[in-house]
Amino acid sequence: MEATIQTTITVNGAAVTRAVPARQHLIDFLRETLGLNGSHVGCEHGVCGACTIRVDGEIVRGCLILAVQAHGRKVDTIEGLSDSGEIADLQECFHQHNALQCGFCTPGMLLAAHDLMRTKPRATREEIREYMAGNYCRCTGYHAIVDAIEEALARRGQVARARAGAKT
Amino acid sequence: MNARAELPLHAPGTQVDKGYIGQSVPRPNAKRLLQGRGAFVDDLRFPRLAHVVFFRSPHAHAKVKKLDLTKAARQPGVIACFDGRAVAEYCTPWVAVLGHLKGIKSAAQYAIAIERACWQGEAVAAIVAETREQGEDALAHVVAEWEELPVVTDMEDALSNRYVIHPDLGDNVCFKRELDTGGVDDVFAKADVVVEETYLFGRHTGVCLEPRAILADYNAAEHSLTVYHSTQAPNMMQDIFSRHLGIPEANVRVICKDVGGSYGIKVHVYADEMATAAISVMLRRPVKFIADRLESFLTDIHAREHKATVRLACTRSGEILAFDLDDLTAIGPYSVYPRTSGIEGNQVVNLTGGPYKHQKYRAKMHVVFTNKNLTCQYRAVGHPIAVALTEGIVDLAAAKIGMDPAEFRRRNLIADDAYPYTFPSGIKFEKLSHHKCLDRLLALIDYKGLRAEQAELRKTGVQRGIGLAAMIEVTNPSPAFYGVGGARISAQDGATLRLEPTGMVTVLCSVTEQGQGTEGIFAQIAASALGVTMDKVRVITGDTAVTPYGGGTWASRGAGIGGEAVLQAGRALRSNILDIAAVVLEMDKAELDIVNNEIVNRLSLESKLALAELGRIAYFRPDTLPVKFQAELTVTRHYTPREYGFTFTNGIQASYVEVDPDTGFVKLLKHWCVEDCGTLINPMLVDEQIRGGVVQGIGAALFEECVYDDAGQLLNGTLADYLVPMSGEMPDIVVAHVETPTKQSQLGAKGAGEAGTAGAPGAVMNAINDALVPFGARVTAQPFTPERILKALNKV
Repeated sequence: MEATIQTTITVNGAAVTRAVPARQHLIDFLRETLGLNGSHVGCEHGVCGACTIRVDGEIVRGCLILAVQAHGRKVDTIEGLSDSGEIADLQECFHQHNALQCGFCTPGMLLAAHDLMRTKPRATREEIREYMAGNYCRCTGYHAIVDAIEEALARRGQVARARAGAKT
Repeated sequence: MNARAELPLHAPGTQVDKGYIGQSVPRPNAKRLLQGRGAFVDDLRFPRLAHVVFFRSPHAHAKVKKLDLTKAARQPGVIACFDGRAVAEYCTPWVAVLGHLKGIKSAAQYAIAIERACWQGEAVAAIVAETREQGEDALAHVVAEWEELPVVTDMEDALSNRYVIHPDLGDNVCFKRELDTGGVDDVFAKADVVVEETYLFGRHTGVCLEPRAILADYNAAEHSLTVYHSTQAPNMMQDIFSRHLGIPEANVRVICKDVGGSYGIKVHVYADEMATAAISVMLRRPVKFIADRLESFLTDIHAREHKATVRLACTRSGEILAFDLDDLTAIGPYSVYPRTSGIEGNQVVNLTGGPYKHQKYRAKMHVVFTNKNLTCQYRAVGHPIAVALTEGIVDLAAAKIGMDPAEFRRRNLIADDAYPYTFPSGIKFEKLSHHKCLDRLLALIDYKGLRAEQAELRKTGVQRGIGLAAMIEVTNPSPAFYGVGGARISAQDGATLRLEPTGMVTVLCSVTEQGQGTEGIFAQIAASALGVTMDKVRVITGDTAVTPYGGGTWASRGAGIGGEAVLQAGRALRSNILDIAAVVLEMDKAELDIVNNEIVNRLSLESKLALAELGRIAYFRPDTLPVKFQAELTVTRHYTPREYGFTFTNGIQASYVEVDPDTGFVKLLKHWCVEDCGTLINPMLVDEQIRGGVVQGIGAALFEECVYDDAGQLLNGTLADYLVPMSGEMPDIVVAHVETPTKQSQLGAKGAGEAGTAGAPGAVMNAINDALVPFGARVTAQPFTPERILKALNKV
């Protein structure tokens, strides 16, 4: 029998405990054990970004981290971020701009874009292209993805300014 | 209150005069994908699901001297191990030839190779296990002994027949074609100007982010097979599973849920996928195969790998007189089933010189076998080759006579009023718009301004280039593409529309969706044809047990063929609905219309009856209708383009680049495409097809190549080593349209999916060479890597 390690991870806000094979990647744990199929496996060697998830607030590649390494940590996936409404504005912009075709890269793309919006709220078009370069999309040619993120940034900027205005 | 449709009732420039046609409506089905709630094959869960992995040849060409699976079979979780002979008991081999490609030949290919592997990565054994990990662990316990055989990797070496890969075939030539209008030598002998150049095209592949995926579920009690498949052509695969596994076609169901990219990669028969289906039959349980990325590089079809020499003759005043082509392409050890690997070369012969009005043309083309992975049809099949070598040699000719390349094209493009037109290769154009597109492009890019900027910057040592590429594109293929050659590949498609009791509309169509937006435009067309709002329409595709029979999605046919079937079914259903309304309302049918989900008085737009009420009466209270009246609220229509072999489209692209002569790096500054796909159903989706296609073409031009060494070993078979375009280095892409609807259909739509890929490599090549003019250097071997550019500059 394969060695397993008792592992507790808070996934999308709920703690789950499982006996996890030591060699299992976090993305396989999420997909195969928990049935969270929204994050996709595109290359399994850390290049394509389709398996991008969030661990303790930082985006990581689910194929480059073992499930046991997530013990005691908070993991968020596209399912959790969708249900909480945290990225609803970004999803809406992607939809309006058709910033996805087959949709396989999209969950990872959204997590990366959301991270960009958090860390670089004033990113230029050039900076968006640079930041998103770790997530491959084979369908769109990226133009619409950049458009969508640009608009989402502008919308969040407006909301932030409106809030700031309301406070003063 | 009179409800009015929110959207314009008349879209200009189309025969479809209502509703959503021409509107950039977001795709309804994108919402589930945005929340990670799609259903790709690997997302499906089945009881007793077994996982298959393959033991693949490490050699490009080798005899299997010994294959011992007994140790592997004893590993934890292993259910069964099979070699080629065992699987061949359940799955017959195939030979991929077509009757209309005269003389094409290939060898029998088995689901799992028997005795001999002919390329690195060809499967020679299958291991089935309870989990994929257990299967992969067991692979290490397969004992194989090999006798290496001579390897043919070079195209010219293959053509020389120094070593023949399949001795029974006599030589390494899979297919050859010659075409001659006559008089070519004479024209070249007398021409003012003759230019000649040789172009090389690297072998590359599709890199669908979702790897190939299949889950086959055999039910022994029914002798039935259900296959969940990441494919573009469910009915084609249904036929093939049936014939090669010996299961009646009616017992085979192919279901195609979300597909994570295809681009032509997923329209072919793959040996390992056939083996997976056979193993499901053998084990009488569901079996799944998901290719990993490394397997994808070794076994997903590759494409291109051409070497083409082209000559052009023209007058001093810039009139093109003739093209002369010699193309050589290598396809690996087998022609790919069932479309064959002869099509790409055949297209290069058909399309070279395609936008221009010369009358003399000669072409020679050879397709040869090699010991590399198989090649076959990938997005834009042959077009990127034909466009690049046509547009490359056209630029060279313009330079030789000292004429601006845009002006040279203007003088030679087929006139917009010259149609219908037969090109010297024999292909027929219904109606193209080369000059409108050229004018539009030159205005869009401010050609004069761009040239002035280029000249100004050149003085400061900044080397920028502008590249143009005019193109024609095959779309909406008739049965002339495959059917006439004996392939059981449908050129027709069907759509069923049903008004539900609630007033909702269900659309079932045989054209499939891989992200292009076909389901979205079918909803637009159905809603427009019926007079309902799009939120009332649900679209179902990709299930052979449910949808009408059809070809699926390939060759830019979804909108033009599937869309026309939806339109015709919609118009017929609308008529049926009005028949019922006329009876219920005791009015004349001609007085009635459907607007915004209601039956209205055609003239006053007064609301008469909601569709939901009509549905209620028709389904639940038909007793209130006249005895001899039967409501028909389900309608099916089919459509096949037949007047022309293909519905050609046209367009032109421009690329603006900056080349760093010290590093050889190319910076893409901007890219433009003006194209004419006829009726624009959803401009946003068309733009996105063009942009995505352009970037795949840019990938071919600058980055992508499957590099093999002399032993037939793939040297860059990981996503870290094989470069694909990333967002950082891609330019913004401006897309504009000219609309020349085809008169063959009511919808008027031509295809748009491949135009971007067809033209981009030629445009980028011409832009790079334009930037290199001050150095007297040219590059002609794709991809144009920094190394190749520096070599052209004599710097390395």
